[in-house]
Amino acid sequence: MMQVVLAVTAVILSLAAGGAIIRIARGPSLLDRVLASDVLLAILGAALCIDMAVNRHLNNLMLVVAISVIGFIGSVTVARFVSDRREHPSEP
Amino acid sequence: MTPDLTSLDGWIDVLSAVFMVVGAIMSLGAAVGLLRFPDLLSRMHAATKPQVLGLFLLLASIGLQMRTWWVWPVLVVAWIFQLLTVPVSAHMVGRAGYRTKHLHRELLTSDELDAVVQKAAAQAAREGGEDDGPTR
Repeated sequence: MMQVVLAVTAVILSLAAGGAIIRIARGPSLLDRVLASDVLLAILGAALCIDMAVNRHLNNLMLVVAISVIGFIGSVTVARFVSDRREHPSEP
Repeated sequence: MTPDLTSLDGWIDVLSAVFMVVGAIMSLGAAVGLLRFPDLLSRMHAATKPQVLGLFLLLASIGLQMRTWWVWPVLVVAWIFQLLTVPVSAHMVGRAGYRTKHLHRELLTSDELDAVVQKAAAQAAREGGEDDGPTR
């Protein structure tokens, strides 16, 4: 049964990662791309968790903890320094 | 293929399999939301699903599969740090998205930040005329 679950979740996570990558490529603004890359990181952590649960090992556990501790730094940094570079028709 | 439903082990396997599939579907839901929602703020709503509930379900399935007690504190630490850090990044992204006007105002039912921003801009204009533009 675990191998069936592994196959099903692999398909689902691949589709999800594809959707997040499409949003990274197409995203109209920088913040959309940052948000989609955050989701991609969450999908990666989900894949690590499923690998550990199906194969019953704990090799990736510290990696999952590290992702949850420092995974927010990238989006916070980009959001701190993002600026609006579009043309404003109302302003000179 | 078919799990052994007469023993506790079989039920734990079934429960963790359900957790894994539902946790993966959370990621798929976030991807669908990212692709279909119209602006940044509604996409942020979809993006939090795999980060909080999806991670919780998958960590619970690890704990159920390992069948040891000492692994649960580590999983709880991972989830609590995720709960502490996800709002920080969501706050910063939402704030920057509001300031850079990446939102559809016609989709908002109420904008409570607008009054605060107007008040702060008026106060800044009263205090110093040379200071142009809102400070970040």
